[in-house]
Amino acid sequence: MSAIIRVSHLSKQFKDTKAVDDLSFTVNEGDVYGFLGQNGAGKSTTIRMLLSLIAPSGGDIVIFEKKLHTHRSEILRQVGAVIEKPDLYKYLSAYDNLSIFAKMSDIKVTRELLMRQLEMVGLADRAKGKVETFSQGMKQRLGIAVALVHNPALIILDEPTNGLDPQGIADIRNLILRLSREMGKTVLISSHLLSEIELIANRMIILHKGKKMVEGTVAELLDPAHSLIQLETTNDAAAKEKLSHSNWADALQQGNPIRLLMNKQAVPQLISDLVGLEVSVLSVNSSHSLENYFLSLTTQSGHVEPFAN
Amino acid sequence: MWNLLQIELFKISKRPRTYIAFAAIAAIVFIFQFAFKADGQSYMNLMLQSVKDSFEFERTKAINGYFMCYIILNTLLVQLPILVALIAADSISGEANMGTLRLLITKPISRTQLILVKFAAATIFTILLLLWMAITSLFFSLLIFGADDMLIFRSKGEESQILLISQDDVMWRYLAAFAYATVALTVIAALSLFLSIFADNSIGPIIATVCIVLVCTIISNINVPIIDKNVRPFLFTSYLVGWKGFFYIATTDEGVPIKGSVENWPAIRNSLSILLLHIGVLLGASVFIFRKKDILS
Repeated sequence: MSAIIRVSHLSKQFKDTKAVDDLSFTVNEGDVYGFLGQNGAGKSTTIRMLLSLIAPSGGDIVIFEKKLHTHRSEILRQVGAVIEKPDLYKYLSAYDNLSIFAKMSDIKVTRELLMRQLEMVGLADRAKGKVETFSQGMKQRLGIAVALVHNPALIILDEPTNGLDPQGIADIRNLILRLSREMGKTVLISSHLLSEIELIANRMIILHKGKKMVEGTVAELLDPAHSLIQLETTNDAAAKEKLSHSNWADALQQGNPIRLLMNKQAVPQLISDLVGLEVSVLSVNSSHSLENYFLSLTTQSGHVEPFAN
Repeated sequence: MWNLLQIELFKISKRPRTYIAFAAIAAIVFIFQFAFKADGQSYMNLMLQSVKDSFEFERTKAINGYFMCYIILNTLLVQLPILVALIAADSISGEANMGTLRLLITKPISRTQLILVKFAAATIFTILLLLWMAITSLFFSLLIFGADDMLIFRSKGEESQILLISQDDVMWRYLAAFAYATVALTVIAALSLFLSIFADNSIGPIIATVCIVLVCTIISNINVPIIDKNVRPFLFTSYLVGWKGFFYIATTDEGVPIKGSVENWPAIRNSLSILLLHIGVLLGASVFIFRKKDILS
């Protein structure tokens, strides 16, 4: 499987702020690659660097085995992108918008091609409607049609579901899955929602304050072997002491309450061992470690702590 | 490039604000023509008051199509920069404001191409604006007032001068004057485009362009030797009305106008060179800065 995007030691400094710090990752052909991070994590800055909107302060970007810095036009001919809001010419029709951006992509533009594209995103019947009369969801779909009109091999979508209602989110999700599975496109999609990424991506990266926190396949990262089990006992301090001298010592996490990073399938064995250690268990809660980890990044950064009931 | 220019012109043609400039010119020209048709003789009597009967010219024929066009150009060409700025200042900042700039940059076109195409489109708009002005102020005036020899009132230092140009010697002067005005207004387009790079909405660059033109025009008109010598020659506003030079006909020692002549060709050439230099510098700076700019909008 060949690498479509290869990013090495990428960084971007805005005056006093390091928006992206020594970031390296690889997107392979056919991947739906999730770019995950809270707002301000550096996702959009990285994506803008991949699209040459922003010049990196350091590092290398290689796309389709060519350096972006020296082969910009050649690379962008094979890339389609929606960056944050799908802003288009509001005073023009959907058809005219699509036509303009198709012509800029150096392809032969025919009415059939444009109508087929509008058909794909469900806007064929609004082809002559001005964009200013469109809903956010329709604009988003038109933005995706613009990104796909020149049949790019790589599609970059920066927060494509922002501002959409649940149906709009589902439509975009289905479209991305179709692009990947039926048309074999490589997709890089950013989001601040883990739940969204895990539904469509096969590989993902989590960014925090411009740095890579974790990268891998979604299957690996969301493996049940990486569940976080939280215990409530009649005497947590004593229970923790006993666990630290048992076979569960390696799984035991620091801090309170008692948490163990372990395979969810082993919970019955844990409870059985706790009974053997004479620990009275009041409750056992399981959450995925990645989800917890991601949530902890959010709470560390001054966001509101989730309500614990 | 041609493909991109077509797209750019298509976008400009679809924006309602484009037609404001054309409508404004038509309205002002019509008001002028109406006023002069109704009471132009009073104006002419006022202008010729000082020369009384010493000037041998049939006053009724003085208000003709050529004269009208000159009067209109003299008034309107000072305001035209605002209309040019309306479109040119929107070039990049308007795209940034709509959010389409980032989409444009992700297309396989270079930033240099984008600036050059925006500049070409603004220049074409300027040419069309002047063409429209020529149609309304020259050709419509000729239809309404007819053609005859053309009177020019000129202030030369302390004294006033009246020049008479034979009607068969006028048309080429207008063609040259409109061509000159195109270059002069293209400086405004280049300035607006340059300012447009720094903004995320078009109001700022439009106001900035108007302010710069205003301040420079005021400085250009300060008749203090130190400014006349050290500042005025470098300001583009000093040359915006250089088109008038084509109507300052050379005369013989006896004061007889020499057909087909212009009093000061070197001054016109010099003015054009300075205007073209301004265009080159502003366009070069626009390309240089825009190529390095981070698109954050």
